[in-house]
Amino acid sequence: MNAVDIKSADLLAQMAGAIASGSIEVVDLTHTLDQDFPVIILPPEFGQCARFRMEEISAYDHRGPAWKWHNISLCEHTGTHFDAPSHWISGRDIPNGNVDEIPVDRFVGPVCVIDCSAGARQNEDFELTPEIILDWEKSHGPIPADSWVLMRTDWSKRRGAHYLNMRDDGPHSPGPTPDAIRLLVEERGIRGFGTETVGTDAGQGMHYTPPYPAHFILHGAGRYGLQCLNNLDRLPPTGAVIVATPLKIKKGTGSPLRVIALVPGKDA
Amino acid sequence: MTDPLSPPPKKDPQKRTRVPALPSGMRSRAALGLAVAAAEGRFMLQGCEACGALQYPPRDACSTCLSVDLKWRDVEPTGQLIAETTVRTSTSVYFRERTPWRVGSVKLDAGPSVMAHVHGDVAREAAVRLINRLDKSGQGVFFALPVDGSANMADDPQLRELTADPKFRRVLITDARNENSVALAKAFADAGATTIFVGEPEGWRPYPHRAALAAIANVAIVPLDVTDTQSVTELAGEIGGKTDILVNNARFIRPGGIMDRGDTVFARDEFETNVLGLMRLAQAFGPPMRNRGADGVNSAAAWVNILSVYAYANMPAYGVFSASNAAALSLSQCLRAEMAPGGVRVLNVYTGPTEDEWHQPLPPPKVAPSALARSVVAGLKDGLEDVYVGDVAKDLIERWRQGPKLLEREMIAEAGEAR
Repeated sequence: MNAVDIKSADLLAQMAGAIASGSIEVVDLTHTLDQDFPVIILPPEFGQCARFRMEEISAYDHRGPAWKWHNISLCEHTGTHFDAPSHWISGRDIPNGNVDEIPVDRFVGPVCVIDCSAGARQNEDFELTPEIILDWEKSHGPIPADSWVLMRTDWSKRRGAHYLNMRDDGPHSPGPTPDAIRLLVEERGIRGFGTETVGTDAGQGMHYTPPYPAHFILHGAGRYGLQCLNNLDRLPPTGAVIVATPLKIKKGTGSPLRVIALVPGKDA
Repeated sequence: MTDPLSPPPKKDPQKRTRVPALPSGMRSRAALGLAVAAAEGRFMLQGCEACGALQYPPRDACSTCLSVDLKWRDVEPTGQLIAETTVRTSTSVYFRERTPWRVGSVKLDAGPSVMAHVHGDVAREAAVRLINRLDKSGQGVFFALPVDGSANMADDPQLRELTADPKFRRVLITDARNENSVALAKAFADAGATTIFVGEPEGWRPYPHRAALAAIANVAIVPLDVTDTQSVTELAGEIGGKTDILVNNARFIRPGGIMDRGDTVFARDEFETNVLGLMRLAQAFGPPMRNRGADGVNSAAAWVNILSVYAYANMPAYGVFSASNAAALSLSQCLRAEMAPGGVRVLNVYTGPTEDEWHQPLPPPKVAPSALARSVVAGLKDGLEDVYVGDVAKDLIERWRQGPKLLEREMIAEAGEAR
C-alpha cells in the first residue's frame, strides 16, 4: 500500500464520517418521477417523449400474494435526466457517446452554480450570456476545467402549465446563448451543463444559430447535459460535488437518474 | 301529456342502491333479428322471399308458405292500437318493480299484428307510430307512441327504460383536449345533462378551446388521462358512483400504415389510448356503472365509444389507427357482455374521417364535431347500440354488409389509386 492509497482511503473514511455527521450535506437534485411531470413537446408530427407510466403487476393480492411491484415505462429523456453526446446529431460519432459507454468516473465531479434566478424571475426568456459567466468568475474564480456548470433559475419551483410555459410561439423558459455555451465548452472545458428547465436549451432555443445551441455544442464536443434539476438553490456557487449516474442502457442516448450533490456544511 | 320528469332528489345514504333486475332475455336465434334492427333503431320485420308475406313474431320458416328464405325488411312503422291493458303485478322482478306497465297489440298498416309496450299518452284504439328498441336485456321490443307525439313524450317512464336520455343525468366526456369536446359538452348541456365532467389530460400544456369548454353550463373540468392508470382510478374513485353516461372521446391518431412509419412508437400511443385507454376506463368506471343500472331517474345508462368506421375494414393510409380501432371494436363487444347484467347500454358511434388536423389533406365529406355530437346525443335518446355518422361511415358499413372481403379488395384498390 503506497502513500496515495492511504491518503485516499483516509479521505473516503473522512467523507463517510462527514456525511454521517451531516457536516457534508447530501442534497437531492431530482424531481419525483411523476405521471404528470411535463416533458418536452415537439410538433405533433414528430415522435414524442413518452410520459412516465406505471402499471401495477400485483399488490399483495391474487396477482402475487406477498409482493407488490410495477411495470414502468418512460423515455430516456423523461423527468430529471442525463443527456449523452449521442442524443444530438452533432455528437453521433463521438466515441463512448452512449450512456453505457461513458467511463463511470465522469459521473462524479465538481460543480459551479451560476445564479440566474433574479433575472429569470424578471424575464422568462432570460439568457445566460458570456458576460454573466465572466462576471460570475470575478466573484468566484475561473470555472475549473472538467467541472459541471449548472444554471440556477429557480424554474424547478414552477408547477403545472407555468413550467413549460407553452404559448402559441412555443415554450418560454431561460437558457444559454450560443456564445455562452461556446465559452464554457471551448474555453473553460467543462464536463457538462445542467438546468432546471425541461432542456439544457432555452424554451425559444430553436431560434438561435445553431438551433438548440446547448445540445448542439455540448454534445458535439462530447459533453453531457442534465435537465429538470431540482433544488439548485441549495447549492453553493462552488465547492459542491455532484453524483449523476445514468442507467446503463445499451446504446442509450440519455437516462432518467437520481442526481445528488455533496455540499460542504457551514462548518466547512 | 306525460308528467314531466322531476330532477331526481339527492340520494338517501341510508337506502341500498337497487340491484338491477332485467326483463326476460331468452330469445330464439330468429327473434334476435329484432335486436339487430333495434341496435340501429330500425323498425323491421321478417319477410318471405318466396311468397312475399311479412310475419311476426320471427320464426325459422314462413308461416304462410313454409319457405325458409326469410329476410328482414324495413317496414312502415304505423298502425292502430287494437287492444291494450295495464299490468298491475307480475312474477317478473323487473316488471314487478315497474308496474303499472302498459302493453297492447297493434295492427300494423303493413299487415301483421304485433305485441308492443304502450306509451301512456296513446289513447285506446288510436293510431300509433311504433319504434323498435332494445330493452334492458338488450332484446328488441316494440313500443307504441302517439302518432303526432305528445308533451314531454320522452319522459314516459316506460320509454325511459328503453333509452339512455341524458336529461337529468351526469356525463363524463373523457378527453377535453380532443377538438370535439366542446361540441359534445354543448350537446349534452342542451339535452339537459345536470353535470358534464370533462377529463383533462396534461393540464401542464395549454390547448386552444379550454376557455370555450369551461364556459359551457354545468361543465366541470377534471384531471383524467386514459393512458395513466392511476389517473383513471383516482377519478373513478371520486365520480365513478355518479357517472351515468360515459363518452370516451379520447383518441390518438397519426396517418400512416406499417412500412411508411418504420417504428412502433405512434402505434404504441394509438393502442395505449384507443385500446388500453378504453380498457382502463372500463376497469375503473365499469363496475360502479353496472351496479347503478337501476338507480332511479339518474341511473347509469350508457357507455359511448367513438370509433373509426375503419375498425371494420382497414384504411391503409391510416392503417395502424384502423387496427387500434378494430381492437377497440372487439373490446366494446366484450364490454357489452360485461355491462349487460346492469342493463347499461354500450353505444358505438362510428365515424369516417373527421374535420380535424389529422384528416386535413383528405377531401370532404368529413364529419364535423357538431355532427358527431348530435349523433351521440340522438343515439342515447333513442337507446341505440350502433350509430354511423356521415356519408362515409354509412357507405362503408353498407359495403361491409354486402361482403367484407369485397370491401377489403376495394380498400386496397383505393389505397393504390391514392398513390
